[in-house]
Amino acid sequence: MTTTAPAEQSVDKTPSGAAHPHPRRRPGRIRRIGLPYLLLLPALLLELLVHLVPMVIGTVMSFKELTQFYIRDWGAAPWSGLDNYKVSVDFDAPVGEALLHSFLVTVAFTLLSVGLCWLIGTAAAVFMQDTFRGRGLLRALFLVPYALPVYAAVITWVFMFQHDNGLVNHVLHDQLHLTDKPSFWLIGDNSFWALLTVSVWKGWPFAFLIVMAGLQNIPGELYEAAALDGAGLWQQIRRITLPSLRPVNQVLLLVLFLWTFNDFNTPYVLFGRSAPEAADLISVHIYQASFVTWNFGTGSAMSVLLLLFLLVVTGVYLLLTTRGRKPADV
Amino acid sequence: MSSPHSPMAPPRSFLWSRRIFLTLLTGFVLLPVYVMVSSSLKPLADVTGQFHWLPSELTIRPYIDIWSTIPLARYFVNSLIVAGAATVCSVVIAVFAAYAVSRYDFRGKRVFTVTVLSTQMFPGILFLLPLFLIYVNIGNATGIALFGSRGGLILTYLTFSLPFSIWMLIGYLDSVPRDLDEAALVDGCGPLGALFRVVVPAAIPGIVAVAVYAFMTAWGEVLFASVMTNDTTRTLAVGLQGYSTLNNVYWNQIMAASLVVSVPVVAGFLLLQRYLVAGLTAGAVK
Amino acid sequence: MRRTRVAAAGAVTASLLTLVTACGGGSSTSDGSNDSPKTLTYWASNQGASIEVDKKVLQPELDKFEKQTGIKVKVEVVPWSDLLNRILTATTSGQGPDVLNIGNTWSASLQATGALLPWNAKNYAAIGGKDRFVDSALGSTGAQGQDPAAVPLYSMAYALYYNKQLFADAGISKPPATWDELIADGKKIQAKGKSALGAEGANLSENIHHVFVFARQHGGDFFTPDGKPDFTNDKVVAAVKQYVDLMAKDKVIPTGDAEYAQNQSVSDFAKGNQAMLLWQSASANLESQGMSADKYGIAPVPVQSGTPGTGTQVNSAVMGINLAVFKNTDNIDGAKKFVKFMTSDAEQKILNTAYSSIPPVKSVQSDSTFSSGANKVLKDTLATSAAALPQVADESQFETAVGTAVKELFADAAAGRAVTTDSVKAALEKAQQQMPTK
Repeated sequence: MTTTAPAEQSVDKTPSGAAHPHPRRRPGRIRRIGLPYLLLLPALLLELLVHLVPMVIGTVMSFKELTQFYIRDWGAAPWSGLDNYKVSVDFDAPVGEALLHSFLVTVAFTLLSVGLCWLIGTAAAVFMQDTFRGRGLLRALFLVPYALPVYAAVITWVFMFQHDNGLVNHVLHDQLHLTDKPSFWLIGDNSFWALLTVSVWKGWPFAFLIVMAGLQNIPGELYEAAALDGAGLWQQIRRITLPSLRPVNQVLLLVLFLWTFNDFNTPYVLFGRSAPEAADLISVHIYQASFVTWNFGTGSAMSVLLLLFLLVVTGVYLLLTTRGRKPADV
Repeated sequence: MSSPHSPMAPPRSFLWSRRIFLTLLTGFVLLPVYVMVSSSLKPLADVTGQFHWLPSELTIRPYIDIWSTIPLARYFVNSLIVAGAATVCSVVIAVFAAYAVSRYDFRGKRVFTVTVLSTQMFPGILFLLPLFLIYVNIGNATGIALFGSRGGLILTYLTFSLPFSIWMLIGYLDSVPRDLDEAALVDGCGPLGALFRVVVPAAIPGIVAVAVYAFMTAWGEVLFASVMTNDTTRTLAVGLQGYSTLNNVYWNQIMAASLVVSVPVVAGFLLLQRYLVAGLTAGAVK
Repeated sequence: MRRTRVAAAGAVTASLLTLVTACGGGSSTSDGSNDSPKTLTYWASNQGASIEVDKKVLQPELDKFEKQTGIKVKVEVVPWSDLLNRILTATTSGQGPDVLNIGNTWSASLQATGALLPWNAKNYAAIGGKDRFVDSALGSTGAQGQDPAAVPLYSMAYALYYNKQLFADAGISKPPATWDELIADGKKIQAKGKSALGAEGANLSENIHHVFVFARQHGGDFFTPDGKPDFTNDKVVAAVKQYVDLMAKDKVIPTGDAEYAQNQSVSDFAKGNQAMLLWQSASANLESQGMSADKYGIAPVPVQSGTPGTGTQVNSAVMGINLAVFKNTDNIDGAKKFVKFMTSDAEQKILNTAYSSIPPVKSVQSDSTFSSGANKVLKDTLATSAAALPQVADESQFETAVGTAVKELFADAAAGRAVTTDSVKAALEKAQQQMPTK
């Protein structure tokens, strides 16, 4: 492991145009060849230990037949070649079909959740840009969902979504009479909307924080110039605020997408180890495939496929959003 | 923050939209909070019965029982230690890494930043078992008990929060004027001296923001904590599930305990809010 | 240059990988050792009202054991939500407890991992012999034809709990003995504005326990004699349909129960809103929810016709907890002593009384504590009309696949969709295809 840094150091230091996009940086003055690597070393070691090596092992697992007969001694587990992958992507058979279904549900859920989180977060941040009475209090309240332990927050929603005794049906059915009979939220088709509600409730304050912060970096002169041109407040928001948020949104949307896509805690606490079909998110699906049915090989294969998908999405996303921007800003 | 908008009074349509939107949003945010508070003050029989907005009978019993149903105090202390230590370590390591990326040009810089980002794509399930195995084997080889100990959990969580922290801090350090550390270097500080005496103080808001994020990451994690802890090291995120036993779900105690443990966190959050907002600004805007 | 870097990274990864896989599993293949004869680690399952209660029940007994043998037992009560995952990670890494509780339905699955000490004649002799235990309990300790993977510790069986007052109000003089009677009684109770029968429609394990018994009553089985899944035979389909029909067609189970997974049906029963409950050892639970023992009666679970017995007259799965020893323990003799201690007559009486379960040890079953009232029904059920769930290595897959199918069928019924023989068969077909193929 420690060989990494010396290997990196021995690399020829000839500047290659692409690595020096900022001529204003004057590395010559504070050059000490080993120092940057030394500074990176702890982060690198930890990433290797906790993220990268386990991922490599996980990938190796996906080529093995790792059922309960072999988990005690991985070395003895037979290599299964691409069998686990074949099972996972055979969309005509139940396992593959279920995975595909779960994948599509997850994509739909993630897009909706990220979209709503961003929309609510941005709207709240824009509306709260000006000072008004109670703004500090509201800002504090809005952070509460982010600060509650996940289990506590989600179990409260479970409590509210109960068919017989829950608050949601009490309001919708008993008090507002919007439905003929109480709806089910934790099983059946509605479970998707229940999951989305919880996810947005938990997720939007983060978007709110980031956007609120981003707004403060927009130079006041831009607004003044627009005001001189006769632009009203709504127009200013549309012509200046939103475009200026683009760099913030680039990072925000990406991490929200990745976190939501891989979120395990919310669906797991909400539905337990077997999620309803309509809300069968891929993380719980994989958990079920590996931990509940003890087939870690297939579970790993599914994880690797998921990883590849996210890599492609992220790559395309970064290419599209950074086109024309400085490459080193990635 | 003062308004960056024009000095014109906002139009009526804006004020009304704002009023309606923020009222609805406040309701949405507070609804579960209200349910938690009111349920935590009801006897169990009421909680498991038909929902009513107002408790028919108020009791503080759940707030007493929570301490004996599970060792709540111990879980709370564990969570504080784990989340606290993970936060401190994560911030220090992220500052080092971000400083290197922000201030130096070196080969592998892009590989590093992209790799760090890509770790956010791994489904946790994929590396739960491998990580467990690694910890066990490190334990067998060196005698350092990582699994089942708080240390292992700290190590795991601090790494979980590293990628986003590094990304945010790179942006933030980039915006700290370079003249500052170069002046320090001219004054005879080494690069590390410049980092600690000049750059870090200038970056305090960003560092606080990262710290809050790292803390929350460690505070709420369930999956890894459920297999990597034992009775003495269990954290709150997992421990709270103890109110749901084989026989019964003590809803009122879950709510009471959640509120009790969240109050210090929310309070700390609010204290840091000013820094947090200022800090995220520069970090997120590249 | 780039190649150097890639090579270096590859070398690092490879060496780490070797480190991990070389020690992979880390578990020895030997039958344990006696390297640390003075301590034992014990994972107990959560049997009482809470984890803290369990610790209070167990600690005095462990102290006794320490006094007798000088072996200190470190107990950790593992919540059910974590227990199986903890066992799996322990199995994978070789870092686990010495002795542990397992749900008896997991026996065959865990047996297949080879991580548990097989209870062959020699090991059984060390704890006083296999014939101390009742047959029904022994039937749930591992696959047939192999040495058991665990020793029975606590036994439980299903019974019909009924609310005496609600029965009297509806003019019912005795608890139903057949499903037809139960449905008829249910109608009378519903006429009085109460709900008839509770179920945990979203709890996979509960679903499995019930459809297993229905399958037996139809003369069917979920697995062929050689252990292959056979979920779509007519008898099994009819059985599953009969269970779901209690909600879909007969309407004695309220539709709201379709989402229950956290024992809400027990609360409904304890609060007097619901007249009947099919549950295992519910007494302590009902007591804790404020329903005293004189308020409810206990009867055997109904059968199709006649009286409970063997074959198609089975009316409960053999439920319970087994005690297992991890093969790679470093205190094998101490572990066996501990198993012997926990299954001794004195401890069996104390522990099973505390947890309102039935002792699987013959000599203790005849004790007066377990021969009266509620316990008599449970004991008789275990002795005469309970059958062990399939003892196959794929049991946990079976629970997940079929349990989920039943959950989805309940969801259909609750949403007002028709539950037909075809839809039941389709759901089971899907479940069967998710089972491992070998």
